[in-house]
Parts: sequence; C-alpha cells; structure tokens
Amino acid sequence: MIYREAGQFRTTYAADERIFPITQDRVAMAILLVVAFVVVPLTASSYALTALLVPMLVLALAALGLNILTGYAGQFSLGTAAFMSVGAFAAYNFQLRVPGIPLLVTFALAGAVAAGVGLVFGLPSLRIKGFYLAVATLAAQFFVDWLFTKVGWFSNDSPSGTITAQPMVIAGFPIDTPARRYLLVLSIVSVLALVAKNLSRTATGRAWMAVRDMDVAAEVIGIPILRTKLIAFGISSFYCGVAGALWAFAYLGTVEPQAFDLQRSFQILFMVIIGGLGTVMGAFLGAAFILLFPLFLNWVLHLVVRGELRPGLASQLELVCFGALIIFFLVVEPHGLARLWQITKEKLRLWPFPH
Amino acid sequence: MRTRTRGWSEAAALLVALGLSAPAIAQNEQFIPMPSYRQGPYAAGGTSIYGGFIDYLNLLNMRDGGLNGVKLTWEECETEYKPDRGVECYERLKGKGPTGASVFNFLSTGITYAVIGKATQDKIPLLTMAYGRTDASDGRVFPYVFPMLTNYWSLNTDIVRFIGQKEGGMDKLKGKKIVHLYLGVAYGKEPNAIFQKQAEKYGFEAKLVEVPAPGTEQQAQWLEIRQYKPDWVILTGFGVMTPASLKGAARVGFPMDHIVGNFWSGSEEDTEPVGAAAKGYISAALNPPGKDIKVIQEIERVVYAAGKGNMVNKARIGSVFYNRGVLTGIMTVEGIRVAQGKFGKKPLTGEQVRWGLENIKIDDARLTQLGAPGFIQPLKVSCADHEAGGAVKFQQWDGTKWKIISDWIQADKSLVRPMIEESAMKYAKENNITPRDCSKEG
Amino acid sequence: MSFFVEVLVGGLLAGVMYSLVALGFVLIYKASGVFNFAQGAMVFAAATTYAGLVGLGWSGWLAFAASLAVMVLFALATERFVLRPLVNQPQISLFMATIGLTFVLEGVAQGVWGAEVRGLDLGIPDSPLELKGILISKFDLVAAATAGGLVVVLAIFFQRTRVGRALRAVADDHQAALSVGIPLERIWALVWAAAGAVALVAGLLWGSRLGVQFALTQVALKALPVLILGGFTSVAGAIVGGLTIGASEKVAEVYLGPLIGGGIENWFPYVLALLFLLVRPDGLFGEKRIERV
Repeated sequence: MIYREAGQFRTTYAADERIFPITQDRVAMAILLVVAFVVVPLTASSYALTALLVPMLVLALAALGLNILTGYAGQFSLGTAAFMSVGAFAAYNFQLRVPGIPLLVTFALAGAVAAGVGLVFGLPSLRIKGFYLAVATLAAQFFVDWLFTKVGWFSNDSPSGTITAQPMVIAGFPIDTPARRYLLVLSIVSVLALVAKNLSRTATGRAWMAVRDMDVAAEVIGIPILRTKLIAFGISSFYCGVAGALWAFAYLGTVEPQAFDLQRSFQILFMVIIGGLGTVMGAFLGAAFILLFPLFLNWVLHLVVRGELRPGLASQLELVCFGALIIFFLVVEPHGLARLWQITKEKLRLWPFPH
Repeated sequence: MRTRTRGWSEAAALLVALGLSAPAIAQNEQFIPMPSYRQGPYAAGGTSIYGGFIDYLNLLNMRDGGLNGVKLTWEECETEYKPDRGVECYERLKGKGPTGASVFNFLSTGITYAVIGKATQDKIPLLTMAYGRTDASDGRVFPYVFPMLTNYWSLNTDIVRFIGQKEGGMDKLKGKKIVHLYLGVAYGKEPNAIFQKQAEKYGFEAKLVEVPAPGTEQQAQWLEIRQYKPDWVILTGFGVMTPASLKGAARVGFPMDHIVGNFWSGSEEDTEPVGAAAKGYISAALNPPGKDIKVIQEIERVVYAAGKGNMVNKARIGSVFYNRGVLTGIMTVEGIRVAQGKFGKKPLTGEQVRWGLENIKIDDARLTQLGAPGFIQPLKVSCADHEAGGAVKFQQWDGTKWKIISDWIQADKSLVRPMIEESAMKYAKENNITPRDCSKEG
Repeated sequence: MSFFVEVLVGGLLAGVMYSLVALGFVLIYKASGVFNFAQGAMVFAAATTYAGLVGLGWSGWLAFAASLAVMVLFALATERFVLRPLVNQPQISLFMATIGLTFVLEGVAQGVWGAEVRGLDLGIPDSPLELKGILISKFDLVAAATAGGLVVVLAIFFQRTRVGRALRAVADDHQAALSVGIPLERIWALVWAAAGAVALVAGLLWGSRLGVQFALTQVALKALPVLILGGFTSVAGAIVGGLTIGASEKVAEVYLGPLIGGGIENWFPYVLALLFLLVRPDGLFGEKRIERV
C-alpha cells in the first residue's frame, strides 16, 4: 500500500532514467545513507566497526568487481584474490617508494596496476570459456602467490615476505580510529558501487550482458568481443585491486601473500553467487552472508551450548550449519539473495492485495 | 542492501554488550582469551595444544583454587588459523572479564602480524611463544610482543650446533653439505638468512630447497636432494608437509637420522602416518614429551580423574603438542603471577600482565616448584630481550614415540641478536616508533 | 641422463595419483554437468571413515565395505536433497551447492571422527625399487595399477552398458533425457555413488602417503590442471592429462625451477594447461562444444 507508484509521474527523460525511479526507493536509500554515514559510526562499538563492518565492505567491493566480470560479462574467474594481492602490494610499494603520495592516489594507482595484471590474465578468455576459463585463471592465482613470496623487492625484503601497511593519512588528517577507517572504506565503496551500477546501464554494460548471454551472437551483431571482454577484466581487476589495498591498509594492517590465497578467491565467488549474479545489491548481501553468518553461528553456538559440547564439536557444527544453509538458500532461490529481495519488493508493491 | 548488514552488526553488537555485562557479577577472575583452531588443516595440532592449555588452567583452578585466590577463566574463539578470523576473535575477546583480556596467544604467525598494531594500541600483550615475528625479540621496539623461549633464528643456530655436535665439533662442519627443506610460506623462509650466515661462518655448503605450499608433493625436491647428496637435511615444515617429507626421504633412501626438523615438524601427528619408516628422525624439542613430568601427572590425577579433562582422545596426553599446550599455560600463568607480585593478588589489566611477562625469571628452583624440572629452559626475560631463552633439546622418533636425546643446546646469540636488532630498527623506522630506553625502566 | 628418466618416471607415477582424483570429477561432470567441488571433501571423508573404523578395530575389508556403504548413502542423500531440487538450474548454482556439500562433509567427517591425523597402512611398502640405476617407488606402481584398473572398468561401463549410455544421455541434456524416459534420479545417485567409490580408492592411496588428515581435501586442487588438459568429460583424458601434468610438473621443477628460484610446481601445471587450452579450448579429449546462434 505504501510502496505503490500510483500518482508518480515522470515528466522528463532524466527522471525516467534514474537508478531509483520510485520516490519511496529514493527515500529509503537516503535514510540508509544517513544511517550508514552518520548513525553507525556514532553508535556502533569498535568491535562491530573493526571486525564486522569494515571487512564486510571491503569484501563487498571485491565481490562487486567479480560481479562485473562474472555477473555482467559472464566470464568465470577464480583469480580474484590474486588481483587483490596485486592491489595490496602495489599500494604498499607506492606508499613506500613515492614520498608524499596522497593516499587516495595510491589506492587508485594500486587499482590501475591490478587492472593491468587483470588484462594480461584476461587474454585467454578470448579462446577459453566456462569452467575451463575459471581453472585457467587459477594460473593467475598461483603465479601471483609465488611471485610475491619469491621476489623480495615486493615486500621490501622482509624476511618473512609479510608487509606492514603504513599508517593512513589524508591531507594531514590521520585515519587511525575504527570510525574513521569505517568511513573511509564506506565512502570508497559507495562511490565505486554507484559507478558499477551505472556501468551496467551504459553501452559497455549492455555489451557485456550480450556477451554473457551468447557471445557468438554478440559478435555477429557487431559487438567487439576482444575489447568488451578485456574491459570487463580490467575494470573488475581495478575493483579487486582497490579492495586488496583497503584490506591491507584499512583492515588487517599487514599482508602476507597467503592472505590472498585460493580460499579467498572461492570466498568472493561464493559471495557473488549466493548474493545473486549480475546485481550490485547481491555483492553486499553475499558479503554479509558469507562473512557474518559463520561468526553469528560461532557466537550462537557459544551462547547456547557453553561448555556442554565436546571441545571442537562446536567448530564442526558451525561448518555443517553453514554448508546446509548454503544449499538451503540455493534450493529456495537459485538466483541468489538479491532475487529473493526483488521478489519481496514486488510483493510489497501489491500488498495488501494478492495480485 | 545495507539495512540487512546493519541488522547483523547491530544485533551482534547488542548481544556482545549483553555478553560483556554478564561476567561483571563475578569479580575475582582473571580472563585469559583463547583464540583457537580446532578446524582446518592444523586442527590436529591445535586440539592437542589447546587441550593442554585448558587442562593446565583447570588444574590450577581445581587444585589450588586459582592463582593466589584469583580464579582463571577463559573463552575459546575459532580462528581457523586465518588472519581475518583472528582479528575478529581479538576484537571480540579483548574486553571480556573484569579487567579485560590478560594476554593473547594466537599460535599463528599470520594472525600475530595482523594484531600487533592493535594490541600495542590497546595495551594488551601478545605471547608468541616459539613463533611469530622473530624481530619482536627486541622488546625496545615491540614492548607488547613476547616471542618467548626460542625464536626461529635462534632455533636454526641450535640445529646447526646440534649437527656440529653430532659431527664431532663445529670445525668438522667445514666442507659438509646441508640442505634446508622448507615450506614455501613466510614461516618457512624465516630461517634462510641466518642459515646462510652460519654457512659463511662455519664453512659448510648451504642449499635451499623450497616445497610449494601445502607440501603434499615433494618428489621433485627429494630427487634433487638425492642428486645433491647432502650430509644433513634441516626440515622446516608444518602440517601435511612433514609426513610427506619423511615419506619422500624414505623413497629415495635418505637416512632418517640425518634429518633434523624444527619444533613444529616434530610431533606424533607428523611421524605416525609414516610409521616405522620414520624411525631415527630427529627434531628439535621446545619441551620434552611424555608423561613422566610431574605437572602432567598432576593434571591426570586432579583434572581427568574428576572427568573435566579437555582431551577427548586421552592417548594424546603427554604428546609433543599436548605438552606444548601445558607449557603455554605455565608461561602465561607465570606472567600473571609475577605481575600479581607487583600489583596485588587481584584481577589485572593487560598492561600489568605485560610487566609481569617482561619480568619472568625461571630457574631450577622455580621449575621444581612448578612441577616441571627439565621441562622449560632456565630463562630471564628483560625489557630488551623478549625471547629470553633460545635453547632447545633434541628428540628422536623410535618408531612408536619421541625420546629426548640431548640436553639444552644454546643458541648462537652473537649471530642472532645483531640481525634481530637490525630488523627491529627497520620496522621502527618504517612505522615511526621510538624504541624504549631500557635503562630508564623498572 | 638416468636422473632425467628417474624424474620423468616419478612424475608419470605422481600423475597417475592425480588422475585418480580427476576421475571422480569427470564421472560427475560427464553424467550430470555439475562441477563437483566436493570431490576433495569426499576423498577426505571416505579416507577418514576408513581410518576411523580401522582404528576401532575393524578389519581392512570390512572397513572398506562400510566406507563404501557410507559413500553410497551420501550419494543418495545428495541426489535427494541437493540435485533433485536444483534440476535444470544454471551450472553455477549447482557448483555453489557442491560447495555447501563440501562444508557439510568436512564438518560431519571431523565431527564424527575427530580432527586427528591418522596413519593409514595399506600393507604396500614404500621402499624404492632400483631398475638399472633408476629409482621407482613400489607404492607408486601399485597406485598406477589400481588407477589403470579403475579406468578400464569405467571405460567399459560407459561405452558398453545400457546404464552407461543413459549416463551419457543425461550429460547431454537433462530435459531431453527425462522426456525419453531415463530415470534421472537413479542415474544421478548411481553416478555419485561411483564417484564416491573412486574417491574412496583415491583417499586410501593418498591417505597412505600423507596420513589421513584435513589436507587431503586439497588434493583435489592437483586434479584441476589435469581436468583442463584432459577435458572435463573424458575418462581417457583424465589419465593422459594426469600423466602429462605429473611428468611436466616434476621435470619443470627440477630443471626449470632452479633458474627462476624454485617452488614453481604450484603454478606451472596451470600455465601449461592454459597454453594448451589456447590451442584446444575444450581440452585434449573433451567434447567439442558447438555453439549455434
């Protein structure tokens, strides 16, 4: 009843082409932004900010990147963590070797370096498709892993190959409290999410979706396949690179090459799939689910069965519950959580009427 | 959509706050956070180590009524050996208990690196016994990190000294060939620099052979070793790499008693899968295994008899990792006890426990009091020296169990300490830290 | 020269071990079009069950039969609760479902049997055999023979029996197979049970090498380059791919490795497979996909 479009007339093309054409959606988004930018940093505990929100946002950013590649352009990739790793190490090296470089420029350059690497590893996509491409991108994963462990220059010759990210400072303003780190990450992620959403509405975005649906047909109607796929790889890797840099600087504070291992790639892929391929919201929902749910389970199990379970059993139960939930969600909605949300919204538009 | 995530975080925050408010009722308690890994590739070792740790704490609570009347409490948090889970556990547990967390021990180098900055800011010490950032042995730059007992660089010198002993003297090492077979991760690479330095000093040929993680396939490496025909192989492995290495050695016929592993590659979990073929394999021992140590017997007598033991598989009591868990418990509690001596017999803050850890002194008399003679090397922690020990014993696998075959072998501090200081100063410069002046502190 | 032969032979035999694991993937992909991420977990769970039962005192054969039964039960449960509700969903959703299965399997196996490392003694000595100065492992030879036997059995099964043909029909198109009257559910349960059996054999051999521990789940990663090279849908491809990857990996590590710093074994097979795919995008023996507009 509340969520109806009745009475909203769009009188300009611009109004029609908005991302949120319905007023209620715009209001909800505004409230959300206010809560996220103002209310949360003021009220959330340092634990929630540092251990829950920041990693969730950073991983959502990486998921956005993978979403562009796999959800929009249909190129299956398992090298996401490798690009994050490139971004993290690139950001560290820029900060280290270029004195006085502004932080945001570092992040942007780190993303650019990752984009370059992504372009190189995206070249095989011109010949290879589907799961074969996924396994081929694993080459990127293992190679980057090896490179950063082997070549001391990347980690400034630290004996263990681990880098410690420098403290963050923007225009003389140090970013050292959980609230500030959270706001920095939130700003970067919001901007990039907006860009991703808009990308899907441009000609490039439409070209991606054409390639995803049937690339032979796309080529026939004149879409330049080479360029389209490579742009997808490039932009996706840019996102992953920035996410990697944020992971190192704003979250963990240190990076060892193993932080961005195959497990991480899989984790981000899971986020995209569970959240819903091809949607921006899916990246956030998936990140929240994959990251926060195991913690929630760990937490609940501790509260409920404090000490009564055989030691270690709680950890195993967590794993089983998580796996079962994944299967459950997929059975209920194979297109992911975002689709569930979309269906909810559609039902809301009719509520309280049945149809 | 962010409302959903906000829902989770708010709910979690609310429930954490509720959880925090509960223990305020019981006041005379010292909270020891216990981030653990009972899942994942290192779960086997983790289960034994944490089992030993918890059993020791239970022993003190049950037998002695706590530490000088202060009850010891703890809470486990699964980290799966991953840095991001470790950070989450850290944030979750750091404020628990009437005075906050006393000291964190993650048993993982990766997690430790990620938490060092935060712990220093929050003034909670990290006890990184026998692992972690080796250069944190310089307490002037890392006041809150304690890589106690033996770090990886000291360990490497211990192993080389042991090999020298076996060869009949350090001068006999000249011209010999020693291979360092290591896991291709940060932990495995740590000893390489000092290994090569010792090669220069003693005149032996040092060869580095890397095994890509996780180390399940080592055929190429062992064929290479066979071709090279070294006199000794030093093994720096963890988890599945070690049994694969031992099997690899058996296949190429390399003698087991010329392979020396470090103290994370020398446990029953490593040799049992290989069985009789591993007979003769030597490894460094941070602590002796076995049940003929008084404190282990006490645990069985008091804790297990009352059915409160943490280990489900009781055959593992007295194993290498179980005893290491007990050792962890002893060192942690010792730090708190020393702190109580200065600040009073009550629940202490992290900062106070840090002082306690920095002033630990263990000699033979204290060892007898603890019920652990020969179990821990005598040591004296100080402001500048957070490692304090550097020695290990050596043990050998006889086909069914580990037997100690040497006494405490000391590290070559003249070689190790300058490297540590150099690395620590580099870190200090990179991160704008002013090293403490130890002469000014109490 | 003999060193090279030694490395080569060692590599070939190692490759056979990889193909064993790859076979499980191929079986399931061939018959249901699902990339079964849970294959590694199945290897682990099967080996853990066997080792656990032997630890309880059961005889080797009894434990084998019981573990096989457990894997069959798992196959039936998977078919009923995971595959049936997800019929005709996009490949990627099915892939994700197998990831959920992985977690469930790992959790249950470790929960029931504990997280310890267990030795597995199959009675096969690991001592080396010397043939004209070349070292060959007896264990590897036995593994090669086993894998060979399995492949022959599976090849006959797929080509010569009715059920095998039905499997190939299902792999081609689920709906078409249903409309022709092929009982989809039973076929899937059968195929997953077969993959479970292969996983058990692989688990026993790998477990005997490394000890039965969580790291067995990672053995599946070794099979992935084998799959790319050989093609996801070919049993013969799994063997040829395995041999190629195993041999090239070891030879590269020994001869190329020292030039670039060593430790290249992890990424070399992938790069090799990648280069290969550029020439043949569907793998050596994989079904050539024909795309029509």
